[in-house]
Amino acid sequence: MNEYTVPIIFGVLVGTITRMLMLRTDYRQYPTYLHGKIIHISLGFIAASLGSLIVPAILEKEYTAVTLLTVAATQFRDVRNMERNTLNEIDGYELVSRGKTYIEGIAISFESRNYLVILTAFVVTMVYILSNIYLAAVAGIICIIVSKILMSGSTLKDIVEIEYHELHFEGAGLYVDNIYIMNIGLPERQEEIRKYGMGFVLKPMDMNTVSTIANLGQRQAILHDVSISLGVFRDSGTPALTPLIKRDLDDGRIGVFILPQVRDIAKAKEIIGSVPVLESAIKMPSKSKSHNRKEH
Amino acid sequence: MVLEKAILAIITLNGNSVGGGAPIFICETKKELESVAANLEAITDGIAHALSDELFIIVKH
Repeated sequence: MNEYTVPIIFGVLVGTITRMLMLRTDYRQYPTYLHGKIIHISLGFIAASLGSLIVPAILEKEYTAVTLLTVAATQFRDVRNMERNTLNEIDGYELVSRGKTYIEGIAISFESRNYLVILTAFVVTMVYILSNIYLAAVAGIICIIVSKILMSGSTLKDIVEIEYHELHFEGAGLYVDNIYIMNIGLPERQEEIRKYGMGFVLKPMDMNTVSTIANLGQRQAILHDVSISLGVFRDSGTPALTPLIKRDLDDGRIGVFILPQVRDIAKAKEIIGSVPVLESAIKMPSKSKSHNRKEH
Repeated sequence: MVLEKAILAIITLNGNSVGGGAPIFICETKKELESVAANLEAITDGIAHALSDELFIIVKH
């Protein structure tokens, strides 16, 4: 035992706890309980150890030891690959697939969470060595709160208005409000869709949102989340019963056609509202220079 | 080349209005038309689309 042992252990502990707190298994059932979680807690432990070990290395003027962090970066990029591969593999067997954009979003967040763990462990160990355990504990709590804030993105209810609309047919064409969804030929299929289907229109609040919800990956994420939470009335080999989202080209609204097993309008609205806005789907045309240029 | 969509079958009441490469099923009544379309939809994992009252196509998406 030397003067660094306890601070390192403390840093590793706080870092690992941060990882655990960021690891939620929710309606997505991802990461899978129990083995998926063990993988991520172990990786979080490794990340925390790396973060803690940097501090004594710097204090002992062993600067080359910092290059160890590059190994960490490589290691955690692999986490992203691992997540992406696993999710891609199983996506083909989902009744309503997640879509590549959603998978990428999950993979990115798994990688970045490990970096937050490194940072937490680093700060906590540093504060411990330079002051005492109490300040280190405070620093740990602040880091955990900051990580939580950094890790929570916005959800759809922040950027769109959700309205319920009855589905209707014009001839063989299925419509949500005035948005054409698809052509359903057979009367019995039409009957099923009238009975089990629900329609929602998402109205973008500003022009940034228009392109965000137009993103095909974002749309697939909505369908996937709704189907997970409310169930889906379909099976393999019934392509006519596929939930779909189509866009109104005039004003950028999107028409969501879903086939839930639980037909509860309020619940469905809530679930659509809490679909995460995918990082890669966010576009900010309002930040474009030419767009904002004032005409004189 | 991979075809993303293809017309797998045509079901019609009026055989003179269609032609071409896809299998064509000519039916006598509207009821028969719908039951053939429903069966073909299930068998081919496609979707039955109505182009008009007497003309259905099965499309693989």
